[in-house]
Amino acid sequence: MENISKGLVYFLYVVAFVLLNIMYLIYLERKFSAFLQQRPGPNRVGPRGLMQTLVDVVKLFSKEDIIPEKADRWVFRLASLLVMVPALLVYVVLPFGKNMVIADLNLGLFYFLAVASLSSVFVLMAGWGSRNKFSLLGGMRVVAQVISYEIPMIFSLLGIVMLSGSLKMTEIVSAQSKVWFVFLQPVAFVIYFIAATAELNRGPFDLPEGEQEIIAGPFTEYSGIRYIMFYMAEYTHMIAVSALATTLFLGGPSGPVLPSWLWFILKTYFMILLFMLVRWTFPRIRLDHMMNFNWKYLIPISLANILLTGIGIQIFQLMKG
Amino acid sequence: MISPYVFWPIAVLIVVFAIGVVHFKNIVHSALMLILTFVGVAVVFILLEAEFLAFVQILVYAGAISILIVFAVMLTRRIDMNESNPFNKLRWISLIFCLGFFGLIVRIVLTSRISYEKLAVQDTMGAIADGLFGNYMIPFEVAAILLLIAIAGAIILTKGVKD
Repeated sequence: MENISKGLVYFLYVVAFVLLNIMYLIYLERKFSAFLQQRPGPNRVGPRGLMQTLVDVVKLFSKEDIIPEKADRWVFRLASLLVMVPALLVYVVLPFGKNMVIADLNLGLFYFLAVASLSSVFVLMAGWGSRNKFSLLGGMRVVAQVISYEIPMIFSLLGIVMLSGSLKMTEIVSAQSKVWFVFLQPVAFVIYFIAATAELNRGPFDLPEGEQEIIAGPFTEYSGIRYIMFYMAEYTHMIAVSALATTLFLGGPSGPVLPSWLWFILKTYFMILLFMLVRWTFPRIRLDHMMNFNWKYLIPISLANILLTGIGIQIFQLMKG
Repeated sequence: MISPYVFWPIAVLIVVFAIGVVHFKNIVHSALMLILTFVGVAVVFILLEAEFLAFVQILVYAGAISILIVFAVMLTRRIDMNESNPFNKLRWISLIFCLGFFGLIVRIVLTSRISYEKLAVQDTMGAIADGLFGNYMIPFEVAAILLLIAIAGAIILTKGVKD
């Protein structure tokens, strides 16, 4: 009983954290893109447009919940309901600060990857359940992209695991007490960043939702609150992926003077801004280029990175005697 | 130790989902039921304190269902998706096979001397790694090569060999 109530409290913490962040991430994204494109961005609702997202949410809530007549009703509905589940579940293992991890699993990193891999299923359910050509194409693209970029992502993280000798998040963080892994594993960091952008379906890898080709991909038929769910899942996933990068490469919640959770949030926001910068700077990549880039460049480089890391660890141990 | 009040409901659910996989007329619904079956098995693994197997179950099986659905959608030639998982008339023969297989598993479980209480493995993943890269290194590598050959063979069978 105690475990259940504790779990509920943690769940509420995560939901509150995620919702608050998403509210202002959407605003941040719009303002940041406006800054990059030299235009003012949202500036009408509230001071400096700060209430814009709230108004948008109210608008979307008040919209009619449309389910297309030919759609596969149950699959269509369940997809929008379940898409948040893996996105929220991954927060269980993230260390938000010193002693601020919900469950410090022995296989924390592996758990994160396993649960995150489920998210493509729900997007495909959405695409297939809509019974719409564009939705189905988008769903197929999501699967092709997410499944293939998962491989270099996991390979790039193997270097980290080899260096820290553990999959436990807190141990990976404490292994970085002297040097952050971004300096020891710069190649892995770049590969992780590219693969994560593709996993998030963000530009330049936003082919599944390429507006000019397939409207909104798997989300074409969704409206109102169901659309919000997909939108939120995307941002929830982005925060989680940025937080994982912070934990694995940027020393996690460690830092001088400021409290640990603040360092964690600052570093996570640095990663998020990096994702936003990439999204609004690069044009969309073509489908065949996307596949070529993954299989012919990212995977071989990540494999070479694992080999070099292994040799490096051996040499270091020999020198130490 | 697994409490029977937790295990039996989950076991019943898994069997119901598995029956759903066979009996849904729409092949995509079957595949989605398969995800639930795999997640249920993963939960059983977690209850047995085999976390590594549970996460592998989710990463490799449940996560890969989306590929299965894509192939199912691409390879289905029927226009009406509701008839995409057809049945045949061999019910009785398959029942006999299933019962035979079930009997075999029951016999293995009943005669097995491995008991859950005697195993006190703390580091489940380390134990598996020791096995795969220690004692069973050669069988592991042979299996890997076999799978590679199977993949290459499948590609050649579908695309044909260029002269």
